[in-house]
Amino acid sequence: MTLPDAEDLIAKLAEQIRRDAGPRVALVGIYTGGVWIAERLHQMLGLSTPMGTIDVAFYRDDYKRTGLRAGVRPSDIPFQVEDADIILVDDVLYTGRTIRAALNEIFDYGRPTSIRLAALVDRGGRQLPICPQFVGAEVEIASDQTIELRRDQSGRFNLTLIAGST
Amino acid sequence: MNTDLQIGAGGKLQHLLTIEGLPPEILLQILDTARSFVSVTEREVKKVPLLRGKAIFNLFFEPSTRTRTTFEIAAKRLSADVVNLNIATSSQTKGETLLDTVANLTAMHADMFIVRHGESGAAHLIARNVGPHIHVINAGDGRHAHPTQALLDMFTIRHYKGGFNDLRVAIVGDILHSRVARSEIHALTTLGVPEVRVIGPRTLLPRQVQNLGVQVFHDMEAGLKDVDVVMMLRLQHERMNGSLLPSAGEFFKSYGLTPEKLARAKPDAIVMHPGPMNRGVEIDSAVADGRQSVILAQVTFGIAVRMAVMGILAGN
Repeated sequence: MTLPDAEDLIAKLAEQIRRDAGPRVALVGIYTGGVWIAERLHQMLGLSTPMGTIDVAFYRDDYKRTGLRAGVRPSDIPFQVEDADIILVDDVLYTGRTIRAALNEIFDYGRPTSIRLAALVDRGGRQLPICPQFVGAEVEIASDQTIELRRDQSGRFNLTLIAGST
Repeated sequence: MNTDLQIGAGGKLQHLLTIEGLPPEILLQILDTARSFVSVTEREVKKVPLLRGKAIFNLFFEPSTRTRTTFEIAAKRLSADVVNLNIATSSQTKGETLLDTVANLTAMHADMFIVRHGESGAAHLIARNVGPHIHVINAGDGRHAHPTQALLDMFTIRHYKGGFNDLRVAIVGDILHSRVARSEIHALTTLGVPEVRVIGPRTLLPRQVQNLGVQVFHDMEAGLKDVDVVMMLRLQHERMNGSLLPSAGEFFKSYGLTPEKLARAKPDAIVMHPGPMNRGVEIDSAVADGRQSVILAQVTFGIAVRMAVMGILAGN
């Protein structure tokens, strides 16, 4: 199957956010793909609040199975979370477990007024009651396949389908 | 002492007993992870849920304030349950052996032991005798090793100097009795510091110390020339049998770090000390409290580094 063009999807996301979110909104990107998209959206929307970044490693629910991976990055939320309107940004939304972890982490910084979710691609398959407010595209793929967001040398994004092992 | 004990299947760290023999990748993974924990300790809620439900036992057979406290804080910030045992006043004095103590605590569902002991190899002995799901961290054994101190010092050096590859580091004082010095030397050489110097009187340097890949100086002024990092050590009165030194005052004259001696180092050199300091014995107060001192930053970073070690071990 052909995946949609990532650049088009980012433009769609930016348009949706511009329409529905006020100028005070703050973006938080989830490493790695979500941070890339949040950086781009932050620039396109000309937001004044600096964007945050989150690595959910310390909040994952599979720590007991997989342990801590190498390459954990420091989370950094450089704005006041208390009473903020936040849009959490991720590249591919699937089971919802990463979002659960990110929500818990954000609340350890303070109590936001609201958190909404933006995903470049929603591939379904949710295992938790989590629903995005801003979506670039909904894509149906087999459960053993994954979608990866890549950034080429010029900074352009593209989506790649990675086949399962069978 | 072998390192196979600490690295398990798949090259994963099972116990942290010594720096010796650990590959640079594992040291760097700990330092990188610690950086993320520093950002946790700057938040409103300085806690993550990683070790929820785990029981960590601080087994201290020797007195310690800083190390025991920072391990305790680190464990609590990982949401673990922590039990502190001060064994000098406990059942060891009733004749219970080390392994009996550990067996009893294991029966209480311990997940991790943090061990400080006056005998070299105590943590290794425990690691050899616990089940595969239990992890052991050496918090100092005799004159042998103090790996988490070395790691927090490496973190501090990387924080202030940005890396390891073009540094000149001097370790000064009582190298002979120092488990810290031994662990520092292994960590510095493993991480690629090109020039490690040890400075001290002949009586306080181990024989063949140069075989560890260090340059030996007996003259402090010569040894400090153009170094980037000065790591002072505590003069360990309690480990000295016999007269290796004329007096503490004599020691200070030759090897105490004064502003005049520090001026031999690079102007932006940092001064470190693992604590507790003997002011006026190995370090002058003007230096300990001076602008080049990073001694209190070491303590703060110690919490994040110990969180990283515990977080990595408990997941392996």
